[in-house]
Amino acid sequence: MSEPVPVVEMTNISISFPGVKALDQVSFRMFPGEVHSLMGENGAGKSTLIKALTGVYSVDSGIMTLSGSRVAFTGPAQAQEFGISTVYQEVNLLTNLSVGENIMLGREPRRFGLIDWRATRIRAAELLTRLHLDIDPNSLLGSHSLAIQQLVAIARAIDVQAKVLILDEPTSSLDADEVAELFRVIRSLKDEGVAILFVSHFLDQVYEIADRLTVLRNGSLVGEYLTDEILRIDLVQKMIGKELTLLDDLEKKTHDSTSGDDGETPFLQAIGLGKKGAIEPIDLKVYEGEVVGMAGLLGSGRTELARIISGIDRPDSGSLSINGKPGRLRTPRAALSRGVAYSSENRKAEGVVEELTVRDNIALALQADRGWFRRIPKRRQDELTASYIQALGIRPPNPDALVKNLSGGNQQKVLLARWLAIAPRLLILDEPTRGIDVGAKAEIQKLVVNLAENGMSVIFISAELEEVLRLSHRIVIMRDRTMVADIQNDDISVESLLAIIADGSILEDAS
Amino acid sequence: MSVAPFPPATGAGRVLGGIRDVFTSPKYGPVLVTFLLLIVVFAVGGSRYRGFVSGPVILNLFVDNAYLIVLAVGMTFVILTGGIDLSVGAVVAMSTMIAASLLQAGWSAGVVIPLILVVTSVLGLLVGLMVQVFKIQSFIATLAAMFLARGLCYVISKDSISITDPFFVALAQTKIPLGDRMSITPSVVIAIALVLVAMVVLHYTRLGRTVYAIGGSEQSGMLMGLPVARTNVLVYVISGFCSGLAGVLFTFYTLSGYSLTAVGTELDAIAAVVIGGTLLTGGYGFVLGSVLGVLVLGTIQTIITFEGTLSSWWTRIFIGVLLLVFIILQKILTARRR
Repeated sequence: MSEPVPVVEMTNISISFPGVKALDQVSFRMFPGEVHSLMGENGAGKSTLIKALTGVYSVDSGIMTLSGSRVAFTGPAQAQEFGISTVYQEVNLLTNLSVGENIMLGREPRRFGLIDWRATRIRAAELLTRLHLDIDPNSLLGSHSLAIQQLVAIARAIDVQAKVLILDEPTSSLDADEVAELFRVIRSLKDEGVAILFVSHFLDQVYEIADRLTVLRNGSLVGEYLTDEILRIDLVQKMIGKELTLLDDLEKKTHDSTSGDDGETPFLQAIGLGKKGAIEPIDLKVYEGEVVGMAGLLGSGRTELARIISGIDRPDSGSLSINGKPGRLRTPRAALSRGVAYSSENRKAEGVVEELTVRDNIALALQADRGWFRRIPKRRQDELTASYIQALGIRPPNPDALVKNLSGGNQQKVLLARWLAIAPRLLILDEPTRGIDVGAKAEIQKLVVNLAENGMSVIFISAELEEVLRLSHRIVIMRDRTMVADIQNDDISVESLLAIIADGSILEDAS
Repeated sequence: MSVAPFPPATGAGRVLGGIRDVFTSPKYGPVLVTFLLLIVVFAVGGSRYRGFVSGPVILNLFVDNAYLIVLAVGMTFVILTGGIDLSVGAVVAMSTMIAASLLQAGWSAGVVIPLILVVTSVLGLLVGLMVQVFKIQSFIATLAAMFLARGLCYVISKDSISITDPFFVALAQTKIPLGDRMSITPSVVIAIALVLVAMVVLHYTRLGRTVYAIGGSEQSGMLMGLPVARTNVLVYVISGFCSGLAGVLFTFYTLSGYSLTAVGTELDAIAAVVIGGTLLTGGYGFVLGSVLGVLVLGTIQTIITFEGTLSSWWTRIFIGVLLLVFIILQKILTARRR
């Protein structure tokens, strides 16, 4: 490469956690005066890479060089000494202290061993001026908006004589004007020769500010690209990846029929449903026996919408009616009583109870539905469990096995069995096939098709487009917390879906 | 862009420039309330009893509560980080026992006093290590230290031991005259000196600022590269040292060592700190506030003594009510900050 010396060069970095290879032989580099964006879906290894770079994690193998000399960090303080500063997604500052102190904390000018507050304030004011921010350094940080706190965090970061500035999802809580302000600051730092790592799931922002991209997927490097040279659609494809599936036995059928343009009442109808900061108001209909696929990137609002529909989060606008009857779902319990069940994408934390047996996990929702004083008889529990173990092929077929000892795919099946046991009218499945093996994936997909054929409505949320295409009658596409498309699934290609996800517009002629 | 210019410093703010260096942030709210409360309590006392608002009464507050001021200073450090120290009362008792027994055995005061301070600081160090290294909640760690210290008192002696050492007796009897029939004890001077040192440490050293940072958010402080672990341990050492010093001052006051002394004093210290405007969750508060808190408690006690017919348990009842009011006040203030 005849390019300048990278300020950061990581070569074949690997990091493992118990049971997971978080980063596998990943190489990564950053150049001075360049904005570099790290791209990838959930679990791709972005945050692990950042933590390796900032000294929070130590690497298992691989070489890290800074400006040509080899380093191995033992902690964040050491990384900071080398000029690597980070602004994390949640503003990691102290709202109980002043703006100036937040900028200078830990490196205040001192006289006779005591902090020289005058000099501290002057220095803080200089740094704020450098970023063209008109903030009184004496004011309490907590009295400012999150956006300003974010900029103060950057002011702090650049004072460490930063050579590398890492911005981890800096825009996730900012509005458009604030983003523009942030970008102005990023550009001026870039002109000063700072290498900036900009991590964001907003593609528009990445294309606006980044010069270079590195894409990770499942802990591995997909590639490094110049932003000008890669089309959005290709980028999204690289992020999501293509499954080498053997799922073709599930023939593409049933996509016609069922859904009603014939005046049938939808089972669920949302009008202008939205929640500030989570999702823009959207309209959505789900008919009986229909599988509605929900696609979009991480952070696009998929899960947020599902949580509102299932009564976990409360919307602040719009209305929802179920079976033609309007009414608010204030709690998951209320949603369940009207036949809406939600299976979380966070299987371990919000799904199965790992310490309980398969039987207890399956019986849980049904028991809760009956009320705790009307215990399901043991015989009934056994029947129930046995039938679901058989129907879903849960392995090992042992009702007394602890769920924590099951594989991810089987845990997912147990979770499904729990919801199926209460016979919901609408089942919302959030990433039901993430992180499970191909065989279990196919079984779950088949099950979804069967459920719909038997009249259950399903909202199927997945980042894997092939899967969404294969199962859904209709596809809803989320992007930047709003719904950008609601289309019948007839002869849509993965490419045209990608185009909508990437550009937010429907392009019939997929490139 | 929505960067609103912060209102410029007012004229009054500039006048207070020097003081503002101490109060680096505009959060004197709870402290001011405490100050007003102190005035109100005094006004109540003054309206009921002739000679209540007088030099001797005020100075006596300091004389009677010098050891509590010292305890409250140490407690302020701990609570500012979001921790709590339940051991201080027992450590005071242990200090009085160590002092009394060693002096009885013929040790000199010049050895005994430093020894006590070292022992209690080491105990604080152990508590700090439990909290920091083993991530044991400070409530539990200091509860253990409390039982340990109280138990050790009984190992030393079950009975009260009186102190006849000339140095201790001299300090107990010395009065520093302050004009017209008024005087203070050396203990008051020591307590006030400690308060001044604590103020400087909290507001003009990185240690002090890290204490506030931990109270604000330990996680953030760590990511900002501050010495969080070291500071977390040090606050318990400081509190241990202060407990030892308070124990020494307490022996100057009582001239004896007794296992059952200072039972529940840790709660008085915590109450003083909270009434003084320090948030129990950490991050906000001043040493000066804690001193005001001690004075409020002391004044209530004095009023009840003046009243004569009231049981001293009324002090507890008033403190209870005040604590409730102040904790609710804190909740309201923190809610507004969000």
